[in-house]
Amino acid sequence: MAEAHPVGFQWVMEAKARGAKVFHIDPRFTRTSALADSYIPIRAGTDIALLGGVVNYILTNDKAFHEYVLAYTNASFIVTGDYADAEDLDGLFSGYDGETASYDATSWQYEGMEATHEPGSAAESKEQAAGLQHESGGPALEGETAHPTADPTLQHPNCVWQILKRHFARYTPEMVEEICGTPREQFLELCEAWTANSGRERTSAVVYAVGWTQHSVGVQYIRTAAIIQLLLGNMGRPGGGIMAMRGHASIQGSTDIPTLFNLLPGYLAMPSASSHQDLNSWIESLRGTNQKGFWRNADTYAVSLLKEYWGDAATADNDFCFDYLPRITGDHGTYRTTMDMVDGKVFGYFLLGQNPAVGSSHGKLQRLGMANLDWLVVRDLAMIESATFWKDSPEIETGEIVPEECRTEVFFFPAAAHTEKEGTFTQTQRMLQWREKAVEPKGDQRSDLWFFYHLGRRLRERQHGSADERDRPLLDLNWDYEVHGDEPSAASVLRAINGYDRNTGKELAGYLDLKADGSTSCGCWIYCGVYADGVNQAARRKPRTEQDSTALEWGWAWPYNRRILYNRASADPQGRPWSERKRYVWWDEAAGAWTGSDVPDFEKDKPPSYRPSEDAVGPDALRGDDPFIMQADGKGWLYVPTGLQDGPMPTHYEPHESPFRNALYGQQGNPTRKVYGRADNPSNPSPPEGHAEVYPFVLTTSRLTEHHTAGGMSRQLPYLSELQPEMFVEVSPELARELGLEHLGWCHVVTSRAAIESRVMVTDRMRPLRVQGRLVHQVWMPYHWGPTGLTTGESANDLFGVALDPNVLIQESKVTTCDVRPGRRPRGPDLLALVEDYRQRAGVTPETGTRIATVGASAGRAHLENAHDPETDTEGQS
Amino acid sequence: MTLDNRLSGPLDDVAGEAGHTGHPPRMGFFTDTSVCIGCKACEVACKEWNLVPEDGLDLLGMSFDNTGSLGASSWRHVAFIEQAPVAVPDAAPRAVDLPMPSFTRPGDGTGAETRSDFRWLMSSDVCKHCTHAACLDVCPTGALFRTEFGTVVVQQDICNGCGYCVSACPYGVIDRREDDGRAFKCTLCYDRLKGGLEPACAKACPTESIQFGPLDELRERAAARVEQLHGAGVVEARLYGESPDDGVGGAGAFFLLLDEPEVYGLPPDPVVPAKMLPRMWRFAGAAAAAMLTAAAVAFAGKGPR
Amino acid sequence: MGARTWIEGWPVYRQLTGTDPLGRGTAAESPRSAELIDRTATADRVAKSVCPYCAVGCGQNVYVKDEQVVQIEGDPDSPVSRGRLCPKGSASKQLVTGPHRQEKVLYRAPYTREWRELDLDTAMDMVTERVIQARDRGWEDLDHKGNRARRTLGIASLGGATLDNEENYLIKKLFTALGAVQIENQARI
Repeated sequence: MAEAHPVGFQWVMEAKARGAKVFHIDPRFTRTSALADSYIPIRAGTDIALLGGVVNYILTNDKAFHEYVLAYTNASFIVTGDYADAEDLDGLFSGYDGETASYDATSWQYEGMEATHEPGSAAESKEQAAGLQHESGGPALEGETAHPTADPTLQHPNCVWQILKRHFARYTPEMVEEICGTPREQFLELCEAWTANSGRERTSAVVYAVGWTQHSVGVQYIRTAAIIQLLLGNMGRPGGGIMAMRGHASIQGSTDIPTLFNLLPGYLAMPSASSHQDLNSWIESLRGTNQKGFWRNADTYAVSLLKEYWGDAATADNDFCFDYLPRITGDHGTYRTTMDMVDGKVFGYFLLGQNPAVGSSHGKLQRLGMANLDWLVVRDLAMIESATFWKDSPEIETGEIVPEECRTEVFFFPAAAHTEKEGTFTQTQRMLQWREKAVEPKGDQRSDLWFFYHLGRRLRERQHGSADERDRPLLDLNWDYEVHGDEPSAASVLRAINGYDRNTGKELAGYLDLKADGSTSCGCWIYCGVYADGVNQAARRKPRTEQDSTALEWGWAWPYNRRILYNRASADPQGRPWSERKRYVWWDEAAGAWTGSDVPDFEKDKPPSYRPSEDAVGPDALRGDDPFIMQADGKGWLYVPTGLQDGPMPTHYEPHESPFRNALYGQQGNPTRKVYGRADNPSNPSPPEGHAEVYPFVLTTSRLTEHHTAGGMSRQLPYLSELQPEMFVEVSPELARELGLEHLGWCHVVTSRAAIESRVMVTDRMRPLRVQGRLVHQVWMPYHWGPTGLTTGESANDLFGVALDPNVLIQESKVTTCDVRPGRRPRGPDLLALVEDYRQRAGVTPETGTRIATVGASAGRAHLENAHDPETDTEGQS
Repeated sequence: MTLDNRLSGPLDDVAGEAGHTGHPPRMGFFTDTSVCIGCKACEVACKEWNLVPEDGLDLLGMSFDNTGSLGASSWRHVAFIEQAPVAVPDAAPRAVDLPMPSFTRPGDGTGAETRSDFRWLMSSDVCKHCTHAACLDVCPTGALFRTEFGTVVVQQDICNGCGYCVSACPYGVIDRREDDGRAFKCTLCYDRLKGGLEPACAKACPTESIQFGPLDELRERAAARVEQLHGAGVVEARLYGESPDDGVGGAGAFFLLLDEPEVYGLPPDPVVPAKMLPRMWRFAGAAAAAMLTAAAVAFAGKGPR
Repeated sequence: MGARTWIEGWPVYRQLTGTDPLGRGTAAESPRSAELIDRTATADRVAKSVCPYCAVGCGQNVYVKDEQVVQIEGDPDSPVSRGRLCPKGSASKQLVTGPHRQEKVLYRAPYTREWRELDLDTAMDMVTERVIQARDRGWEDLDHKGNRARRTLGIASLGGATLDNEENYLIKKLFTALGAVQIENQARI
C-alpha cells in the first residue's frame, strides 16, 4: 500500500500512531513491509492456504464473534444433503462437469431453496464472467419460505458453520508453513493479533490490491478474507471491512459504469442470446421471482436505463427497445478478443488510454493481435507502445512483425488531460469526485467525451435515412446532451446518469424513485442521487475541517452517499451500537429511525423488530436485523450457495503454473479456471505434469511507487523516470550466488512465452522460502517498461500467458514460474530458438496446463481450442 | 553575544543577527525518518515547484535510491538503507570523507534464516540551513544570504559560480550545475514562505515524515517523538542536527534517525569551518580589518555574470 | 534610480550602516529576493481537481496563469488526502504540460514505416467510415445456435481506467447501439 497508494497509506500510519498493529503479507519485502509492525513472507499464489489457516484458527480456538455470526451471517443455514465438499472429493465440489470444467451448483443450495439457474447454464455463466454482476449485491435466491431452514444451535451436520469447520480443518499452522513457506510462529502472531483486535469493542481491516485479484482463483482470495471478517464481526463497522485498493483514478467507475462486455451500467447483466430474447425474461433473471432485497426492484433499474438509451422510442409496447441490445453468447473478454484478432475475426479496435502491448498479459499475443487488424484507433496523452508496435515492438527484432507486411492502419488521436476537461472519477471507496476544467487542450487534443459524442453524431448523420434494421438502435438513440462550443457537457451526461422524472423533468433523489413504467430514465441506478435536487453532488467540497470525519459533504458515494456499506451491522440485532467505542449507525427509538454519523445503509424507518410476512418479496422481505440488504437472504455469506463458478467455499489451489503439487488435495489447480489451449498461448508445466523443474522459480510482479502501470503516464516524465530509470529483476543473494548473477549485471528471465532481459538487483528483501521440504526461490519484477519513453526496458507482462479466474475472467498475472539466466538474452531469431528450446525440454504442447481436472472422472482431460471452428468454440474452451 | 557565537555555537536569533528586524520565527524542517515510506514525493514536489531539472537517468543499484546524493539538481534526496540486524560495534570507524549511504552488497554474510528482522531504512535528506552556514560565510559575492526566516538561500541573480560554497559545506549539500555554472541548493521554498505557504516537499509528504514549522516548536515535537519511540522500545531513535551545541550551531533542518548518521550518509560531526576563525584571528589581531577586506572583495566580485 | 537609492542599494553601504554588520542577511538581499513571490498567489484562477493516477482520489488544486497550468498541488481541504500527493501526483504538472504530449493526429497507413499527420476532421471521417464497415463485416443477426443476437463481432474496444464516468457512459452507450459487444476496460485486467 505504501508502494502503490502512498497517500492512502497515511491513514495506516495514523492508525499505527494510535496503536494499531500493522501486518504486511507479501512475497517480497516492500516499502509497506518497512513500515509494518510485522512482515510475513508468503509464496506467491498461496494466500487462500494462509487465510484458510486463519479461518481454522478462529474456529478451533473459539475466537468468532458469536452474536454477530449468528445474527448476521448464514452460519446457521442448512445446506442440501446432496452437497459434497472438497474434503470429500479430493479438492472438487459436488456437481463438477469435466466436459465444460464447470459446476452445476444445484447441490450447493440451502435446504428448501430452489436453484435459480437453468440446468446446463453453468458453463455459459462462466463464459460470461457472471460473477462480476455481484459487485453491487449478491445473486438471486428463490424459496418457498421467507428463510432457508436454519439451526441456531449450529449443531446440524450440514449447517454452514459445521461445513466451514470441516472444510478448513486441515488448514493448520503446519500446513500453512508447508504450502506458503510462512514460518508458523509468524503465522500464529498474525492470528493472535487479528482475533484479539476484533469483536465487540475492536475492529480490524483488510486491505488488498491486484496481488489478490490477478489469479486463477482470485475471487476466492477475497472470499476467504470475507469469511474471516464476518466471523470476527468486522463487516459494516467502522475500522473494519475489506478494502480494495484499486489502481486507476476511475477504475471503480469503469466497473460501475462499465465498459465491460458482460455488463450494462449498475451491474445489470448484458442479455444473453440463449436465454434473454425479450424484456421479461431478461428482467426476471435480474430480479428473480420471489427474492428478497433490493435486487427485486431490478425491473425499475433496467427499464429506466432503456429509457435513457432510447428515450421516446422506448415504449412499453416495444419492450422499451430491449431488442436493440446486442446479445452475448459467451466469453467476449479482452483476452478472448485478442485471440480473435490473431485469428482474423476482429477488424477494428479502439484503445482509449490503455496500453495492452505492455499492460496486458502475454504481450506478444497482444501485439500480434493488433498487427492483424484492419484498423486501430489509439487515444492517449503521449505515444505508447500499443500505437507503435508496427515499428518498435520486440517482434520487429525477431521478424515476427514486418512493417511492410503489416496491414493495420493506425490512427493516433491525442487526448485531453484530466486538467483539460471536466467530469467525475469514482475513487476506490465508491466516491465520485468532480473535476473542474483548468485549461483548454491544445491542437488536436480532445476529451474522450468529445470523441465519442462526435463519433456518434457522425455515425448517426452518415446512416440517417437508412432503412437497414441494424441501424435502428443508432438512429433512435437518445444522443441529446448539452454541448458548449463543440464540447459536450459532462454535467449534462452526469445528470442523465442520475436520471430524472420524464414527466416533470425533475432529477431523481435515489434509486427507490425509479419506475418500471417508462416514466423515469436513469443511466446507472446505483449512481442515482449524484445529481439530486439538480445539484452536482460529486462537486461538493466542504473542507474536511468543517465537517466530521465521515465527511458526507465531500463528493458523493454510491449508493445514496453511504460511506460504509452494510453499516446496519455496526449495531446489534436490537439496533444498539455493539459498543460505545464503535458506535456508527443505530436505531433511534424515539425518532423511529436509523441514525448515526453515516447515511444508514438500511430502510430508514424499518425497526430492528420488523418481521416480514410469509409472502413478502423484495425489500419488504428483509427483517429488521438483516443488515446485508443487497443479499438475497439479508445475510453475510460464509458459504456461497449460488453465484460462484469455482465452489461455495474458498479452497487452496496451486496457481496455473506452480513448481509444487497441491499439498491439500489431489486437485492441483482451480478446476474451473479458464484456459485457452492454443499453440500461441503455451503454459509452463505444473505437477502432476512433468518437467516443471525447467521453470524452477516463482515469478511475481508489481508496481513501483515511482511509476504507473504500463508506464504511459510515467516513463515519459523526467521527474519520475530519473527515480526509477531502468527495468530490473530482484533476486535474493542466495539465488544470485546459485546462478552467478551480479548486482547491477544483466540477466534474462525465461517462460514458455518469452525471454526478457533486465538488470539484476540483488537484495535481502527477496528471500527463499522452504516449501514442502525444499527451498524455493522467488523473483520479482516491475511491469512498467516497454520500448517507448524516456526510460525503456523489456516488459514483464511478456512473460505471462493467459489463464483466467472463472468468475470474472481476470488473468493470473501475479504468479508464474520461470528460469533466470545470467547475461543478456539472445537477439533476433536466436531469441525464439531459446524459448523454443525451453518448451521442448519442458515438453510443452498446446495441451500443457489445460488438463485442469487432476482428480475424478475427467482427470487428465485436455481443454483445447480449435481456433478455426467457431461452431465449437464455446464448447471447446473452458 | 560574543563574536564566537556569531561564527559558531548556539545563536538564539539567527535572523536578527543577519539584520532582520521584526522578523518571523526561525523556520525549519524536522524530518522524522521513522515514518518515511521512501515514496520520493518530496523529491518530485521540490522539482516541480522550483523548476529543478532532471538529474540523470542512472540505475545506481543503491537499493531504491537512484538520486545518489544531494546536488545542484537534487534538493531533496531519499536514502534507502537495506540492513540486516547486526549490532553496530562501538569502535566503528568514523568516516573521514563524507560517507555515502552505507550500502554493502546485500546478502554478504547473511542468509535467509537470519533475515526475519531485516530493516529497510529510508530518509529524506535536505540542506540543513545551519545556524552557522559555511556556504554563506565563504560566499564572496553575497549570493548566499540569511533570510528573515533564518534560512539560507542562494540568490541566482548574484551567484557568479565561484564554487567556494561547494567545498565549504560540511554536508556536501550545495553544488554547481555543470551547464549553468551557478550554485544551487534547497531554498526552503523561500518564495512559498514569503507567501505564507509551507515548502513543497513538506506539503506533499504523505506521512508527515517531513514536518515544517517554527524551529522551536519542531524541537519540542521531535523531543516528544523520541521519547515516545523510546517508550515503544525503539531505543535506537535519536536526533541529528537538533543540538545548538553541535559544530554548526544546530541545523535549521534536523532529523530523527534510527541508526548512526553515517549509515544514512550523514557526517557524524559536521563543523562549520568558521569555527576555527576566531582562534586564528586572536593570534593575528586583525579580525575587523580582515572582515572589512572580505566585504570589499565581496562587493568587487558582485555584478552581472 | 536616484543616486541616493543607488547607494542605499549598495551592499557594503547597507552592511556598514544597517543592522547586518557581517553582511550575511539584509545587506546581502538581492532585488530578485526582495521581490520574490510565490506563483500560486499570482495565479489567475484555481481549478479543483482530482489526481489522475491511482484510485485513492487525492484532491488537487490546479493553478492557472495566462491559460497555462503553472502549478498543481494537493488540496488541503480533501478528507481523503489532506493536501498530500505522492511522487506521481506531485509530477502531475509535468504530466499535463510536458513535451511528451502529442498535439497532432497521426496516421500510419498499411504497410508503411512512418507516421504522417492527418487533419482531425478527416481522421474522424475515416474512423466513422471504418466503424460502419467493420460493424457490417462482423454483423450477426443470429448466433451459431440460431438465437437472435443482433450484434457485431467486428469491433472491439479496450479502455483505460482513467476515463471519466461520463466518458465511459457514452462509450458503452454508443457501442451498444452499434451492436458491438467486445467492449472492455482495464477493470477486467
